[in-house]
Amino acid sequence: MNSKLPTIVKEFETQILQEWTKNQLSQMGSTDKISESELKSESQQFLNLFQISLQSGNTSVRQSKEWAPIRDYLSNLSRTRASQGFSPTETATFIFSLKKPLVARLRTEFEKSPAVLLEEVTASNELVDALGLYTTEAYQKGREELIGRQQEEMLELSTPVVKLWDGILALPMIGTLDSSRTQIVMESLLQKIVETESEIAIIDITGVPTVDTLVAQHLLKTVAAARLMGADCIISGIRPQIAQTIVHLAIDLGSIITKSSLADAFAVALDKRGLQVSSQRQKTALRGEVSAQPPLNH
Amino acid sequence: MNSPTPEIVPIRSESDVVIVRQNVRKWSISVGFSLVDQTKIVTAASELARNTLIHGGGGELKSFLLQEGNRKGLCLIFDDQGPGIPDIEKALQDGYTTKGGMGLGLGGSKRLSNEFEIKTEVGKGTSIKIIRWKA
Ligand SMILES: Nc1ncnc2c1ncn2[C@@H]1O[C@H](COP(=O)(O)OP(=O)(O)OP(=O)(O)O)[C@@H](O)[C@H]1O
Ligand SMILES: [Mg+2]
Repeated sequence: MNSKLPTIVKEFETQILQEWTKNQLSQMGSTDKISESELKSESQQFLNLFQISLQSGNTSVRQSKEWAPIRDYLSNLSRTRASQGFSPTETATFIFSLKKPLVARLRTEFEKSPAVLLEEVTASNELVDALGLYTTEAYQKGREELIGRQQEEMLELSTPVVKLWDGILALPMIGTLDSSRTQIVMESLLQKIVETESEIAIIDITGVPTVDTLVAQHLLKTVAAARLMGADCIISGIRPQIAQTIVHLAIDLGSIITKSSLADAFAVALDKRGLQVSSQRQKTALRGEVSAQPPLNH
Repeated sequence: MNSPTPEIVPIRSESDVVIVRQNVRKWSISVGFSLVDQTKIVTAASELARNTLIHGGGGELKSFLLQEGNRKGLCLIFDDQGPGIPDIEKALQDGYTTKGGMGLGLGGSKRLSNEFEIKTEVGKGTSIKIIRWKA
């Protein structure tokens, strides 16, 4: 069909813009998320790009290169709106509210030929719908990216690799371990092993609520990689309920040393390095000097 | 007897698997499961949710709180419209995997549950039901 829409939008751009922004403002009510002037300028930019893409006659909004500028614009807009705290509905309303002014224009234009009017309205609505859906998806993607970033930040904060002693590292893991993030944590452990030339790494999973096959697989891979670099791993913080599920899952931790607490693991690590912890007080007591000394204040 | 309205959790991404675990944890606490039983069903749910995602191409979890007389339990159903499982017995074998996993999830989740049922049709999808009763 040879739609008149492109010509009409070009000719009446100013009027459509006016009506559109009026609609949006009344639908949004009072908002402090965006100023009226911002909204106007965004609408104007969009309508201008829309008008240009329309002239191509191509209606495949999602794929064609003629609509690429609009897709970029909407992606950016959705991302900004998501971070400004707009809901998906509010964001999509930006596009969907364009329907009315377009239809109103078409109606005045084709008053005398209802068949053409119907066709034009259908085509126009389809176009706006496609753009609206695209916006919603872009918004969703924006949210996911935002959440993903926050998760990564949290992960970095919550999984420090700590040097406990010369040659002994500890990695207290906290929170949910899922593929991508676990990968990062494990890689940073391996990196630290190289940097510090450590011989023993303690992976503490006290703060990990669920150990399933995927988590186990990551643990096993890390231990194997650490071994190749000459470091032994100890897994600590295996609580009784986790031990049971590991058994039910038939996960074979093989020759990995496991301990219930980080303290136990540290003792094993010291032992492996030929180090000993001894109490100062006991030593002095053995030497029979305890009465001569004031009690130690820690 | 099933509770009238099941809760439904979509499983379409890795983060949905996390949400499944969080929900199952919440439900099992509301049933009054011990810490060990909570951990068991949460771990089983984690396995099945990931299978739904990875092997089934995504799907959903439906949950029901069960009450039979004095007995309370939690029923979880994982549905997908994926490729189905051609040989259930093989899939349940420890170490059998088609995607480079450990091949322990399915058999493991069976051992972690009191009741376990697979319905699957090649090319149509898979539905796995597990129940854990309050000890
Ligand atoms: N929902 C499903 N749809 C299709 N095939 C499945 C489904 N669930 C399991 N399977 C098949 O059964 C096999 C065994 O599943 P199982 O969970 O035991 O192992 P896995 O997922 O491969 O590895 P992991 O030990 O990490 O769970 C899978 O590799 C897959 O071929
Ligand atoms: Mg699995």
